[in-house]
Amino acid sequence: MSNLTHLTIADALSGMDKGEFTARELTEAHVKAVEDTRALNAYIVETPEIALAQADASDKRRASGTAGVMEGIPIAMKDLFCTEGTQTTAASHILEGFVPTYESTVSGNLWNAGAVMLGKSNLDQFAMGSANITSYFGNVINPWQREGSDAQLTPGGSSGGSAATVAARAAMAATGTDTGGSIRQPAAFSGIVGLKPTYGRCSRWGVIAFASSLDQAGPMTRSVRDAAIMLEAMAGYDAKDSTSVNLPVPRYQDALTGDIRGLKVGIPKEYRIDGTPIEIEKAWEQGIEWLRAAGAEPVEISLPHTKYALPTYYIIAPAECSSNLARYDGVRYGQRVEGKSLDDMYENTRAAGFGDEVKRRILIGTYVLSAGYYDAYYNKARQVRTLIANDFKKAYESVDVILTPTAPSPAFGIGEKMDDPIAMYLNDVFTVPASLAGLPGISIPSGLSSEGTPLGLQLLGRAFDEETLLRVAGVMEQAAGFSALPQLIAGGK
Amino acid sequence: MSYRIKGNTGDWEVVIGLEVHAQVISNSKLFSGAATAFGAEPNYQVSLVDAAMPGMLPVLNKEVVAQGVRTGLGLRAKINMKSVFERKNYFYADLPQGYQISQFLEPIVGEGVLTLDLDGGETRDVGIERMHLEQDAGKSIHDQHPTQSYIDLNRSGVALMEIVSRPDLRSPEEAGAYLRKLRSILRYLGTCDGNMDEGSMRADVNVSVRKPGEELGTRTETKNVNSIRFVQQSIEFEAKRQIKVIEDGGKIVQETRLFDPSTGTTRSMRSKEEAHDYRYFPDPDLLPLVLDPAWVEEIKKTIPELPDEKKARFIKDFGLSAYDAGILVTDRDRAAFYEAVAEGRDAKLAANWVMGDYFGALNKSGLSLENSPVSAKQLGGLIGLISDDTISGRIAKEVFEAMWESGKDADVIVEEKGLKQITDTSAIEAAIDEIIANNPGQVEGYKGGNERLIGWFVGQTMKATGGKANPGMVNELLKKKLAE
Repeated sequence: MSNLTHLTIADALSGMDKGEFTARELTEAHVKAVEDTRALNAYIVETPEIALAQADASDKRRASGTAGVMEGIPIAMKDLFCTEGTQTTAASHILEGFVPTYESTVSGNLWNAGAVMLGKSNLDQFAMGSANITSYFGNVINPWQREGSDAQLTPGGSSGGSAATVAARAAMAATGTDTGGSIRQPAAFSGIVGLKPTYGRCSRWGVIAFASSLDQAGPMTRSVRDAAIMLEAMAGYDAKDSTSVNLPVPRYQDALTGDIRGLKVGIPKEYRIDGTPIEIEKAWEQGIEWLRAAGAEPVEISLPHTKYALPTYYIIAPAECSSNLARYDGVRYGQRVEGKSLDDMYENTRAAGFGDEVKRRILIGTYVLSAGYYDAYYNKARQVRTLIANDFKKAYESVDVILTPTAPSPAFGIGEKMDDPIAMYLNDVFTVPASLAGLPGISIPSGLSSEGTPLGLQLLGRAFDEETLLRVAGVMEQAAGFSALPQLIAGGK
Repeated sequence: MSYRIKGNTGDWEVVIGLEVHAQVISNSKLFSGAATAFGAEPNYQVSLVDAAMPGMLPVLNKEVVAQGVRTGLGLRAKINMKSVFERKNYFYADLPQGYQISQFLEPIVGEGVLTLDLDGGETRDVGIERMHLEQDAGKSIHDQHPTQSYIDLNRSGVALMEIVSRPDLRSPEEAGAYLRKLRSILRYLGTCDGNMDEGSMRADVNVSVRKPGEELGTRTETKNVNSIRFVQQSIEFEAKRQIKVIEDGGKIVQETRLFDPSTGTTRSMRSKEEAHDYRYFPDPDLLPLVLDPAWVEEIKKTIPELPDEKKARFIKDFGLSAYDAGILVTDRDRAAFYEAVAEGRDAKLAANWVMGDYFGALNKSGLSLENSPVSAKQLGGLIGLISDDTISGRIAKEVFEAMWESGKDADVIVEEKGLKQITDTSAIEAAIDEIIANNPGQVEGYKGGNERLIGWFVGQTMKATGGKANPGMVNELLKKKLAE
C-alpha cells in the first residue's frame, strides 16, 4: 500500500471511486508517512485520530453517493487556519495552547468537500519569513538535499511545513497562505505546485491575519490538476469576509484543456535582475521555449515599477501586521506574562510571545505609520502600489499570462542569510509584485538546479482568471515532466 | 446679551466646541451580529469579532449606515457618498483589537447646521463640522478586586456616531441648548435614544477663552462628560480656570482633561506631548463605503418632520408663539400629542392646556404619555367644552382633575357633577336682580363712578350660580342692569 502516498489527488479520487482502496486506507498510509517524516518538523500538531475519523466518515459518504470534490483526501492544514477544537498557533509562542471554538471558512470548505486533516503544518511565525526558520516550534527541513551533501536546506516560507510534507509524500496536498510569496516560493524550493489565487477568491475569515490587504489562501499540491481540484473546494464568496468576491466558483479542472495555442505570454524585462544565478535564467528561457513550442506567443513586456515592489511590500505588510498583531496582548487568550501594571503586562507578554522577525516587522510597521513618517512611507507605498497594479493592468491589455522565475535562487541552506534580513527579503522579489496587485500566481517545478534541487517557474494571470493560469500551467507541467523525488521521503526513495 | 466672565483684566469670552458620541439605535453592533441592548449581564453580548479572536473580520452593519445617513440628513449635512473606515491604534485592556475602527479623513457625513432654541424664542445656528461612525470600546471595572480589573465587552463594537460641532458656542447655556436640540433631533430620527445616564450620549467638551474680538485661545478637551448639567459645570469651571491661569501670567496647555462630577472640577489627564500617536490608516479588512444615491434618496423619504420644521408649522398653522412652539416640539411624542389635542379645537387654548395643566399633571404623577389616564382625545373633548361655552375655564380645571382621577370623559363628568355652564339669560338675570336689590350701597358706589366694583358684582353672581354662569354673559348683563 505504500505507493498510495505517491498518488496525485486526481488518481486517489479515481482509485477510491473504483473501490481500489478506501479513504481509511489512504489516510492510514499518510498517517504513517507523517510519522516517518517527523524529522522534517513539518507539523506543529499531528491529528491522526481526527484524520481516521474523518476518513471513516468519508468512506460512508462515498458509499452513499454524496462524495465531495476532495472526498477522502488527506491534507495538511497550515497552522494559520483556525481549526475548531485543534490548537492553532501561527507558529508563535503567544498563541501556544490556543484552541479555537470556530473553524476558518477555507478549512471548513475543505472538510465539507471531504478532505481529511493529517495535522497542522509548521510555518514561519505569523507567516513572516521566507525560510521557515522563524517558527517558535523549530525550523522545517526541506526533504530535498543537494547532491552529495546532507546539509539541511530550507523548504522556503512561510508555508514551509505545507511544502515539505507534500514534497515528502506525507500529505497529498496542503493549504498555504501567500502574502508576498509564501505559497509560491516554498513550492519552488520543494518541487511542488503552489497556487496563490486572486485576492478575494478565498475567504480570509478564520485565517490568522498577517497583512490583510495581501493575505490569500491557496492550494499546495503535486500537480496542476490537483491544485485545480483543491482550489475549487477552497474558493468561494463568504459574507463574513468583506474583501471576498462574489463570483461563481468554476470547475477549475475543466480549464486544463492542454491547448494554449495563440495565447500571449508576457516576459517582463524588469525581472531580469543582475546577480540572478544563470541556471535560474536558463530555466526561465526553457519555460519560454516550452510555451512557444505549445503554440503560445512569448511577448516581451515592461512592468516599469517592479523595482519598487519589494520596498513597497516591506512597508505595507509590516504596517498592517503592526496593527493586526495588537490583539495578542495577553488579556483574553494565549500566553500572558504578568507585570506590575497593564503596560508592564503587555510588554512582558509580547516580549516573550513574539519572535525576533515578528518584533522587527511590528517595529517597522509602527514606525511607518507614525505621525510625521506616514506620508513619506505608508502613503507613498500605497501610491506606488497603485502604480504597480496599473503596470499589470496595462500588460494584460496585450498578454494573457506572464512567465517569470518564482524565486531568485533554489533552496538555500538552513542558517544561510540568517544574519541579514534584507537578503532574506530578496527571496520575494519575483512574487511580491503580483501580491501587491492582488493577482493570481502559480509556481510549477520546472527542473533541477546544478545542485540537484528543484527550480520553479511562476505564471501570473489576470484577476479572477485562475482558469487561464491553470491551463498554461498544465501545459508547462506536461512539458517539464518533472518527476524527480526528494531524498527525505516517506517510505524512502 | 453676550455671556462674559469678569476677570481682573476685563471681560472674557468663552469659546466652546462639542464632540458628542451618540450610540446608534440598532439591533446589532457596527461590525458584528452581537446584540446591543442596555443592561445585559457582563460579557453576554460579545461575538468572536467583538472579542477580537484570531482571524475574525468585521462586516459592516447596513442598518447602522442607514442610521448615520438619517442623522446626517437630520443635521442638514452633506452626505459623503464615499467614506473610509480607518484603524485608530492604541492599547487598552477594554479595546480587544488593539485598535478602534473609526472614520478619520473621510467621514460619512460632512458639514451641517443645528439651530439652537434660546430663551424668549430666539434661535441661533451652530455649525456641524462632521459626523462619523465608529466602534465603542468595552468597559473596565476597577472596583471589584484589590489588584485586578474586570472587563465587560458588551459595549465593545457597539456603533457610535461622533458628531463634531464647530467652535460656535459661547456660553454654558448655549452648550446646554445645543445638547438638548441635538438630543431632540436624534430622538425624532430614531437614531439615538439620547439617554445620557445610560451612556448613550456623552460629550467631549472643548473650551478656550479670549478677550472679545481676539484670536482663538488654546483649548483644552474635557473627555466623556455624561450629563448636560455636567457639561455646563465643566465649561464654567474650565473657563474660569483658564482665565486665572492667563491672568496670573501663565499659558494654557493643550491637553485632555477629566471632569469630576463630585467636585464640579476638571483635572489634567494627559498633555499634548503625552498624547497617543494613533497611527490611523485605512482598515484593510473593509472596503471604502460607497453609498448608492438611490438608497440615500429612499432614506430621505423616511425622515420625519423635524423639530425646526414642526415649530415653524405650529407657529404658522396654529398661531403659537415661537416660545410655545419651541417647547411643544422638543419631544416628538409630545408634539404629536399636542397636535391630536388641537385637532379641530382652539389651537392656542390647546397649547396652554397641554403645556400647563396636562404636562404639569404628568410630571407631578411621574407618568408618561403612554400610561397617562387622560388621552389626547379626552383632553380635546374638555377643550371643546370650554370653547362652546359649556363650561368656563375655571370649572374646566376642576373637570380636568376629575378626569385625571377617574379617566372619564369631560362631558360625562360635567353631566354627573352638574357643572354645565348657565347660559340661560333669565336665570342669570334673576341672580343679578337679587344681588342689586340686596346691595344698594355697592350699586350706589358703582353708579357714583367706582367702575372697578363691577368685579365684585361678577364675583357675587358667580358665587350665586355656583360658578356655572357664563362669565361673558354675567359681565354683559351686569353692565346693562347697573346702567338702568
